[in-house]
Amino acid sequence: MTSSAASPAAGRLRDIGIWRRFLNRPEFGSIVGAILVWTFFAIIAGGKGFTSPKGIAGTLEIASQIGILGVTVSLLMIAGEFDLSIGSMVGASGLVLGFLIVEAGWPVWAAVIAAFAFALSVGAFNGYLVYKTGLPSFLVTLATLFILRGAAIGFTRLLTNLTVISGIRDKTEGDPIAWLFSGILFSPERGADFKISIIWWLGLALVATWVLLRTRFGNWIFGVGGSSVAARNVGVPVARVKILLFMTTAASACLLAMIQVFSAGSADVLRGQQKEFEAIITAVIGGTLLTGGYGSALGSMFGAFTLGSTQLGIVFAGINTDWYQAVLGIMLLVAVLVNNWTRRRASEARR
Amino acid sequence: MTESNAPASATAPRSGVPVLEARNVSKYFGRVVALKDVSLAVRPGEVNCLLGDNGAGKSTLIKILSGVHGPDEGTLLMNGEEIKLSSPRDALNRGIATVYQDLSVLPLMSITRNFFLGSEPTKGWGPLRRFDLDTSSRIAKEQMREIGIEVRDTGQLVGTLSGGERQTLAIARAEYFGAKVLILDEPTSALGVKEAAIVLRHVLRARTKGLGVIFITHNVQHALPVGDVFTILSQGRLEGTFRKGEVDMERLLKLMGGGSELDDLERELEELAREAEQGEDISALPPVLDETPTGTHGFPTI
Repeated sequence: MTSSAASPAAGRLRDIGIWRRFLNRPEFGSIVGAILVWTFFAIIAGGKGFTSPKGIAGTLEIASQIGILGVTVSLLMIAGEFDLSIGSMVGASGLVLGFLIVEAGWPVWAAVIAAFAFALSVGAFNGYLVYKTGLPSFLVTLATLFILRGAAIGFTRLLTNLTVISGIRDKTEGDPIAWLFSGILFSPERGADFKISIIWWLGLALVATWVLLRTRFGNWIFGVGGSSVAARNVGVPVARVKILLFMTTAASACLLAMIQVFSAGSADVLRGQQKEFEAIITAVIGGTLLTGGYGSALGSMFGAFTLGSTQLGIVFAGINTDWYQAVLGIMLLVAVLVNNWTRRRASEARR
Repeated sequence: MTESNAPASATAPRSGVPVLEARNVSKYFGRVVALKDVSLAVRPGEVNCLLGDNGAGKSTLIKILSGVHGPDEGTLLMNGEEIKLSSPRDALNRGIATVYQDLSVLPLMSITRNFFLGSEPTKGWGPLRRFDLDTSSRIAKEQMREIGIEVRDTGQLVGTLSGGERQTLAIARAEYFGAKVLILDEPTSALGVKEAAIVLRHVLRARTKGLGVIFITHNVQHALPVGDVFTILSQGRLEGTFRKGEVDMERLLKLMGGGSELDDLERELEELAREAEQGEDISALPPVLDETPTGTHGFPTI
């Protein structure tokens, strides 16, 4: 700072430095992508309401639901692991909640705590199994994905003869705990409801980013994903890091279940299907490497916004929604290529 | 060049208690005898070169010394007192730092983050306790400057450093966190001549600072200029321990590989060379010829 007068070029160099640093950040691609995709749909579907308050509220609601999972999944992926079981976890923990409220007559707060306890213990089980067996988490959580889905259908049918638990709304109407998950922040016009899930999504992304970049635990996440052997050699508690992250992804699935169940007023076994893949896509679009050790939670937040814009943009543009998955696949492919390029740039940047 | 850096006193035989010693250590994996009755000692300010061909038991011995495995027989002593290492972290806390060939630093993490991984300084309190990046970056930059690597920004990824610089970073980190013994596992074997020289210079630097260094290599050319003591392993057994000046390169090579095998190899290579001279197609020769001039002086690095 003091030498700025002595070297007139310092100011310029600094600007370039910041720009280059931004270019080398893992979330760079996701920010550009989010802007491009939203602008694209704003142009082709803006006249049909995509940019109206209703369109924006809808986009943000979809983005928030995917993003809640994507943010925690990106942390786990940076640590070098996958969690496929979260898709089933959304359905299963929603059923736990619904069953306890409707059938067992529990108060809402107790049912919420029980559902989170259930999710956290399954997450811990996933993490412990991955750590203890040394098997790829892809396989371990694929197993949990099916076990949870199957058991959820089985138990629910056994207890209620149905695979849906309804009548939750009657018991939770006006409940402040329920409002925490499904409340409406404000509605600038009829049908344009900005939901509280948006706060959860942005809040989670900011907390995750802070943990990742500014705490010891965050440094351990990068280290464990880069090489768990190297991390262990310098004293990082690898098992604790992984198990805690599996618990975090499970808890985020449970949070999404709360949001969906309290909003819809019913719990359905099939909720959360394919969310596990959307969460991974969100993380990859956000700049997280599939192989671990590199990535961004903030990027995941933008990735979720891209997915939300795409999903709703297709509807507003009048394109058949069948195309959504194909577009998702193309975006994933582009993201992987961009990530490879960014990472190579970052690794090659010379002193 | 490297030899001139060493203080004259360091080359004389040192007395005193070894900072780390393995006494009559054996290790079995099922029916395989990985190590049998091996002893090794390193004193402060001394470089002990652990030499041996692939499969000689070098890695097993390192793993015992760095707390990965416990010995089945024999004892470990630190400053003359018997110790038991429960984990690599335990060894690290006692001041035994191991730098592995390609597992010492993470290329996709920044220099600062690598330097402090597992020992991050923190500031703040309670849930706001956080990684003190400013202090960390400042220390990392100072330490990098001290080892002769000038970086503009310690936020840049370690992947941008060369192989020799990465090894040096790992050595500097171990020194900074108070290592008394430095175990270097093949730090030069994947490096070119220039890069290896950078690392060897820092081996000598660590010795000058009074650290005990165990330098594992199968490259006698790298070992001779820096070593005070040479410990040779062959097929899990101790082939001999020599002080500087008691052995030459040829003798070391023979001990490492077993004399007759080396003679066989030499004959085979001469045979190939003769065929090549007689107008045979050189490109059809086995690749072993390409490796010999740069590598281990007659040892195929397969």
